[in-house]
Amino acid sequence: MFTLKRTAIFAALGLVACVTPPQQQSATRAPALGVPMSADELAAWDISIPPSGAGLPAGGGTARQGQTVYDQKCAACHGLKGVGNPADALAGGKGTLDSKTPLRTVGSYWPYATTLFDYVRRAMPITNPLSLTNDEVYAVSAYVLYLNGIVAEDAPINAQTLPLAKMPNRDGFIDDWRPRAAR
Amino acid sequence: MSKERKVGRREFLKQGSMLLTGAAASSALAPGAAAQNLAGEPWERVYGAAFTLYGERSRFEHPVVRRIVKRYGDFAPGSGVALSPIESLEGIITPSSLHNVRSHSGTPDIDPKRHQLVLHGLVARPMRFSVDALLRYPMVTRIHFLECSGNSGRALAPQPTQAPAGFLHGNMACSEWTGIPVRTLLEEAGVLPQAKWLLAEGADSAHMSRSIPLEKILDDALIALYQNGERLRPEQGYPVRLLLPGWEGNMNVKWLRRLKLLEEPMYTKDETSKYTDLLPDGRALQFTFEMGVKSVITKPSSTMTLPRAGLYEISGLAWSGAGRIRRVEVSTDGGVTWRDAALTGEERLKAFVRFRLPWEWKGDEARLQSRATDEKGQVQPARSDWLAQYSPANTFHNNSIVTWSVGADGSVKHVYA
Repeated sequence: MFTLKRTAIFAALGLVACVTPPQQQSATRAPALGVPMSADELAAWDISIPPSGAGLPAGGGTARQGQTVYDQKCAACHGLKGVGNPADALAGGKGTLDSKTPLRTVGSYWPYATTLFDYVRRAMPITNPLSLTNDEVYAVSAYVLYLNGIVAEDAPINAQTLPLAKMPNRDGFIDDWRPRAAR
Repeated sequence: MSKERKVGRREFLKQGSMLLTGAAASSALAPGAAAQNLAGEPWERVYGAAFTLYGERSRFEHPVVRRIVKRYGDFAPGSGVALSPIESLEGIITPSSLHNVRSHSGTPDIDPKRHQLVLHGLVARPMRFSVDALLRYPMVTRIHFLECSGNSGRALAPQPTQAPAGFLHGNMACSEWTGIPVRTLLEEAGVLPQAKWLLAEGADSAHMSRSIPLEKILDDALIALYQNGERLRPEQGYPVRLLLPGWEGNMNVKWLRRLKLLEEPMYTKDETSKYTDLLPDGRALQFTFEMGVKSVITKPSSTMTLPRAGLYEISGLAWSGAGRIRRVEVSTDGGVTWRDAALTGEERLKAFVRFRLPWEWKGDEARLQSRATDEKGQVQPARSDWLAQYSPANTFHNNSIVTWSVGADGSVKHVYA
């Protein structure tokens, strides 16, 4: 009785007509304040490199060149030849993943070499990120791959060759983003 | 005019000091008067402190602090975690100052006037938003937990670590978040049909980045600008962070600077080399986004002492990345018998629920456990069942049942059961 009466009052006031689903509200009532960006502007922001290598910049380097960069800018945290301490080990550990003490490194664990370039460029060295040239990033990536026996010491690593590096644990991952209840 | 004002102020102060002198004088005139026999602590006999611009807790509560674990020592002091002291907190909202923090390259000092959020990739209209622009969008407010997927990894040591509950399980927190549904901005940019994933990237010096299924973004993802009523704290992503209710903490990218619509995941460092769950056979689960159903008793808990036998309240937190908590059972005999606890906040999705159960401790040895069930029917697993699923090196997604033992002397210890 009360509910009926209240509905009638709301209808009389025209309030019922104002109730629209929340999704429609967000679609129709947002202020649209985004500023358009050109491809040139976006190039400076888009630093992500997928496994295909799309977006890798020009330039290149070899492991031999990369060792110089590594010893100066990486070894203090990652150890000479990527043995680790205090930061993560970058080399070794192949064949340990199913043991009681697995060692997960770029060589034993990482599925894509492109991720190495992406991460070094965006975040390393930890105290001075975005400071390496693209050639240095290629070269130091080549060196870490070389330490893991993935590329030769003088192999040119660049936008064409990096995505082709054959990572030992490429097929070691199972995609499972279903809700847990559905597993 | 200004001179008159100054005089006026000086006069006021002079009058005030005369009043104080007068009060002291009258008390001196009446030694042993009735007023002296009234109850009253020292702070009841002096004028209280002045107002403060930004509130602070009692100085007596200063020992309640986060515990900091630096992943690489003082060389990179902002890489690691600050763990919430859950054993000292009550209710379901974590104070912003005691919220857990997981950061990969420290906390950036971002000028909101310069910060931009870029939205591009598989969209019809790539665009950027200033923070001022974002603040003008219609917002929603929701209460959600955040839990690092490495939370409770410290409860996997070979021997149970004798540390407070917060050190073991405090890499989590729950806040009220206010922000813009991400879909609002996506609608403005116009998502192209082939888009299936979205890369989120932070403006910290790690440029932390994760790939997120578009399905999740359209479901309940927020561009959060406020936490517990005020603008985000720097440690929580000021001026803008992504909020993915119920999913791994690290995916809730802080200091959000870029969203890129993609056909496939980017396979970033933090979704391949980290935050993947190693299995006994050496393969690893990837993209295990949702945080499992879980609970922990915070009171009484490890390192506390029950002073004497008597009535206690067992109190703790329960949560699930899948939705609502439906039930929390508590055992005081190591899982032989269970009783349902009373719940607070169970109507909320992906939020902390506080559970409570009165407990008469007779002074005997006891083993306290809690077991949560969510609305999808998922039950918090026993420790042995959880361990059997993974490599011994895996520290992610430990949602197994926690056991605290109570000795006859009242001491509460962390044990494995």
